[in-house]
Amino acid sequence: MNEIAPAKTRGGHLAARRMGTPCGKVSPDRHPFFDQLEKFLKNKTGVAGLVIIVVFTLVAILAPVITPHDPNENALYDQLKPPVWADGGALKNLLGTDDMGRDLLTRMIYGARVSLTLGVVSVGIAFIVGSFLGAFAGFYKGWPDNLIMRIMDIILAFPHILLAIVIVAYLGPGLRNAMIAIGIINIPRFARIVRASVMEEYEKDYVTAARAVGAGNRRIIFNAIFPNCLAPIIVQASLGFGAAILDAAGLSFLGLGAQPPLSEWGAMIAQGRQLILRAWWVMTFPGIAILLAVLGFNLLGDGLRDALDPRLRD
Amino acid sequence: MTGFIIRRVLTVIPTLLGVTVVIFLMLAVTPGDPAELLLGERATQESLDAMREYLGLKEPLYVQYGLFLKRVVKFDLGETIWTREKVSTEIKERFPATIELAVAAMLISSFFGIILGLISATRQYSWFDYLSMVGSLVGVSMPVFWLALVLMLVFSLTLGWFPMSGRLGVDTDLTLITNFYLLDSLLTGNWEAFWDALRHLALPAVALSTIPLAIVARMTRSSMLEIFRQDYIKTARAKGLSEFKIVMKHALRNGLIPVITVVGLQFGILMGGAILTETVFAWPGVGKWLFDGVVKRDYMVIQGGTLLVATTFVLVNLLVDVLYAIINPRISVR
Repeated sequence: MNEIAPAKTRGGHLAARRMGTPCGKVSPDRHPFFDQLEKFLKNKTGVAGLVIIVVFTLVAILAPVITPHDPNENALYDQLKPPVWADGGALKNLLGTDDMGRDLLTRMIYGARVSLTLGVVSVGIAFIVGSFLGAFAGFYKGWPDNLIMRIMDIILAFPHILLAIVIVAYLGPGLRNAMIAIGIINIPRFARIVRASVMEEYEKDYVTAARAVGAGNRRIIFNAIFPNCLAPIIVQASLGFGAAILDAAGLSFLGLGAQPPLSEWGAMIAQGRQLILRAWWVMTFPGIAILLAVLGFNLLGDGLRDALDPRLRD
Repeated sequence: MTGFIIRRVLTVIPTLLGVTVVIFLMLAVTPGDPAELLLGERATQESLDAMREYLGLKEPLYVQYGLFLKRVVKFDLGETIWTREKVSTEIKERFPATIELAVAAMLISSFFGIILGLISATRQYSWFDYLSMVGSLVGVSMPVFWLALVLMLVFSLTLGWFPMSGRLGVDTDLTLITNFYLLDSLLTGNWEAFWDALRHLALPAVALSTIPLAIVARMTRSSMLEIFRQDYIKTARAKGLSEFKIVMKHALRNGLIPVITVVGLQFGILMGGAILTETVFAWPGVGKWLFDGVVKRDYMVIQGGTLLVATTFVLVNLLVDVLYAIINPRISVR
């Protein structure tokens, strides 16, 4: 399959450059990245996901500029103000305020910072450790492979959030430990994918060629094989990002993640839960923020999978 | 196939041993004296000494692990700090609540998930298809605990249709036999209690069913689409069979095989993953109990609960794989 349509398959971009792409109107010098980009941009839902994420990211970065309030500014006279469209709402607090008079929209915007940072850190941990372990296992096979994959199986033997909760229970609550816990529980996702990809790529001619010209193991893994395994990893990272945000929100909701007064969406929902009878908005809006952010990453992940790795389509 | 099943059963042993190692080590690496952690701050010197002896703290780590394993095999999981009740007794009281909730959520999600996926597949690219697929994507992106609160706000606090929390109203009497309330009320012919238990179960079960429902719907759709492309379906069409017969009699039977696996895996997750939902609805199951243990730093509860949930998860997954091998003989070739 590789020889017939090199531009479309993983591992194809070296071959494509050497042989010239046979894809009709596409110019022979074009890097396959642009083909994939073009394919991705045709995928409406994937682009919608990307737009959502870009908006959230911009909002998070520009938080101090676009918010008129301080996220922790208490206002005694503005306690539990409803959103602007409800009776008693004011333009000053578009989505209302919480029981300390803090502006809900402002806190949600600052919450985007926490959630995105958390996603980057925990997926980063999972990505680096998981890819390294997976590459090691897939490349050396034999007992290192067995040992690493059995450890991954053990991590997977715990239901997702349970393990995170237990890890935080022992490490102590807090945002940093929550990020570590979520990173750890996501390591097997990456390890398994990288291992499978490395094993598949290992058999290919370009690896033999690299070895023939005298490349060492490290060079073969990182310079030759790894770039060709990137597609499924990127897809997994996008989907993992959404899952990490959800898990972190769950931990914070339980009081094990972000601690007050830090504005984090899950913690805000926990706070709103106490006020559910008096102020429905405190609990409702942060949930919508989580939903949109996670939806964005899931849409992007699905779109990327269709563009980068058609074999994985469901 | 027998070979496959035996091999699959054998792989469970190292995994379960690994789980016990992890649970054992977590306490061992936690800073502080394990005996003190397990007994709480108010423990007397004598009970601390007794606990140290019991845990074998003077022995090397591997001996301590051996002792731990021995206790686990005997289902001796210690006592909780707060209630001084045996952990195994508490589990026996609470596990039925978790199973009841998980089964209810699974029934809802498989029933509606399969129907949604089936309609989507037969009408690919119709508005119904788009709507249900977007809906299922929203379903997997939703924080369950938030949905639980929204359901509570709308259906119990505002409309008053369902009770807010718990498994049974305070004024409802029920003789407990199995601790499965629905079953117990049926066994004793107590219809009032049955209805009450069912109403208590409704909201938590619906909240818990969203993610599996979305996953089952997506899986059913893609699996059925795959089947519709097969030659034998074309043959059935060529024979002039009605569309209903083609779908129900020919396609569904094969199309549901991967769906069954997904349902099983989701069930495994629900058995232990209901911590958030149980906490929101004050559902007295293992998830809430485990979380309360975390909050109170009751390490015996954490150990026992984690062990129970992880073991259940591994065993349910094993069962799913074995069932899959039985209904799909192609698996054993792999």
